[in-house]
Amino acid sequence: MVLILAEHTAEGVFKKKALEAVQYGAKIAQQMGTEAVALVVGSGEGNPATLGAYGVQKVLQVTDPRLKDFNARAYTKALITAAEKTGAKVIIASHDQVGRQVAPRVAMRLGAGIVAGAIGYPQTEGGSFTVRKGVFAGKAFADITLTTDVKVITLMPNTFAVVKGEGSASVEKLDVAFDDKDFGVQVQSMQVVTGTVPLSEAELVVSGGRGMKGPENWGALEDLAGALGASLACSRPVADSHWRPHNEHVGQTGGTIRPNLYIAAGISGAIQHLAGVNGSKTIVVINKDPEAPFFKAADYGVVGDVMEVLPRLTEAVKKLKANG
Amino acid sequence: MKILVCIAPVPDTTSKISFTDNDTKFNTAGVTMIINPYDEWYALVRALELKEAGAATAVHLITVGKADADAVIRKALAIGGDEAIRIDAESLNPSQVATEIAAYAKSVGGYDLILCGKESIDYNNGVTPAMIAEALDMDYIGFASKVDISGNKATVNREVDGGEETDTAPLPLVISCQKGMAEQRIPNMRGIMAARTKPLKVVAATDSSEKSRIAKFETPPAKGGVKMFDADNMDALVAALHSEAKVI
Ligand SMILES: Cc1cc2nc3c(=O)[nH]c(=O)nc-3n(C[C@H](O)[C@H](O)[C@H](O)COP(=O)(O)OP(=O)(O)OC[C@H]3O[C@@H](n4cnc5c(N)ncnc54)[C@H](O)[C@@H]3O)c2cc1C
Ligand SMILES: Nc1ncnc2c1ncn2[C@@H]1O[C@H](COP(=O)(O)O)[C@@H](O)[C@H]1O
Repeated sequence: MVLILAEHTAEGVFKKKALEAVQYGAKIAQQMGTEAVALVVGSGEGNPATLGAYGVQKVLQVTDPRLKDFNARAYTKALITAAEKTGAKVIIASHDQVGRQVAPRVAMRLGAGIVAGAIGYPQTEGGSFTVRKGVFAGKAFADITLTTDVKVITLMPNTFAVVKGEGSASVEKLDVAFDDKDFGVQVQSMQVVTGTVPLSEAELVVSGGRGMKGPENWGALEDLAGALGASLACSRPVADSHWRPHNEHVGQTGGTIRPNLYIAAGISGAIQHLAGVNGSKTIVVINKDPEAPFFKAADYGVVGDVMEVLPRLTEAVKKLKANG
Repeated sequence: MKILVCIAPVPDTTSKISFTDNDTKFNTAGVTMIINPYDEWYALVRALELKEAGAATAVHLITVGKADADAVIRKALAIGGDEAIRIDAESLNPSQVATEIAAYAKSVGGYDLILCGKESIDYNNGVTPAMIAEALDMDYIGFASKVDISGNKATVNREVDGGEETDTAPLPLVISCQKGMAEQRIPNMRGIMAARTKPLKVVAATDSSEKSRIAKFETPPAKGGVKMFDADNMDALVAALHSEAKVI
């Protein structure tokens, strides 16, 4: 049995990374010749049966009014209860803030080995169970063999494209014996920082560095991001100088992102910056200095002044979009 | 209230990454070990600030590592902290590290706040703090950018999809720290001198169960080289992104 934690928004919409995890778990179940079950935790929002289109036959639903907000301990108890009920041998969650607070607790409780941030399917030749993950900020891969009976995996978002299939899953309520201790952490307020997709999930990212010269020039990046439907990011000094909010800062001490497209404007490409972005599929670098180190890590490069190149790029993108 | 700060020794970011023993071990030859930046810049500094503000009585640092980690933990002590503990074991995987740290915390007792970094920059797991919390049956708040303590209660800002949340939680509590939490502190001469005489306890490891092992490391194939476009011809770049890279 493979058990997958599927997160949804407060409105009950399953997140893309959740669908990815469900599909990943369903494929692993197929590979192991067993069944996949999804676990949905909340206060009863949404339509869990729709997960059937991503490969699971069954969904266990835990509903409690106190679960309107995410709560690591309560989620852990729900996942453990579901694992015990289903006899799950493989437990999967997304490698995001939620998954990384819950899956490791479950692993610790069940004495299970964990692969945190998987980027591949398990290799199971000869009865072993080995999963690949990125290490050293994308500079290497490690194939981790889990030697425990129960295995826990957190799947790196944006690793596999989600393909919607047919079908609807059966939904069964799961009772979990929560107590007050499970709700010790309480959400007081939520500050929405971005109206768009969170940076960690964004497929397209437009990013600026010190070469942008000042916050007054960010309009050029915002225009490009707008034309592409991209999210905005920045280098560390940009956030440190308060040109942009800190949640946009990417790199070793900032966020780690893996978009399909990363456009870096006026960023030198220091190793600490690359650490957060070199998992990007395609990297475009715009820099006036042809010797900027970032060009070595780029797929496409433009030597020029950002204030001239960015508006032209935005126009070219608009032209492409207009022509369909 | 005592604070325990978990310090992971990691290779300096500029290190050349290579492997030995049939690609199963990281090659430490010629590599400088540093304090994991999230632990140093955020967890440790915030712990010191809380002590300075009178919210904590002591700050202890703990690391799981062999003797070569001593230099790293001394460097952390030079920034601040009252004493350090090194659990004498090679750090193998997050379960083992968390089990060791939790066992020590339990045996000594009184650590009402355990601060970690959000992720180690070598293995990029970001799961050890949650495991410590589970092993100690404590609450955990991950990916925090702000922590305040008042009496027996913590108020914590943490990253969530699309924003930030403010949570409250009773102590004892484990928190993983990231950007926003504090400003980096550079150790001064006095700190470095003082660190030499601060206690560094070496404790034997307790856990020997294997849960996972590294079967193989691999370095990704080198990038094919950058394709340059003329600054006057952004249509060509957009065409390449559309039909070659297929990302827009
Ligand atoms: C432990 C540690 C952790 C760190 N963590 C991070 C991190 O998480 N993220 C991060 O980003 N950095 C981090 N840094 C800092 C990092 O080393 C670099 O200093 C930083 O990334 C540089 O930012 P930048 O490229 O925006 O600025 P600069 O290095 O100043 O580069 C500006 C670039 O813009 C170009 N430029 C200037 N004017 C123009 C123009 N008009 N048009 C086009 N190009 C122009 C220049 O040629 C140059 O390449 C860290 C450093 C340390 C020591
Ligand atoms: N060997 C170690 N010794 C002490 N603390 C560690 C060790 N490894 C990880 N940690 C702590 O756990 C956090 C997350 O690490 P990880 O789960 O490995 O990404 C780090 O920022 C440290 O605070």
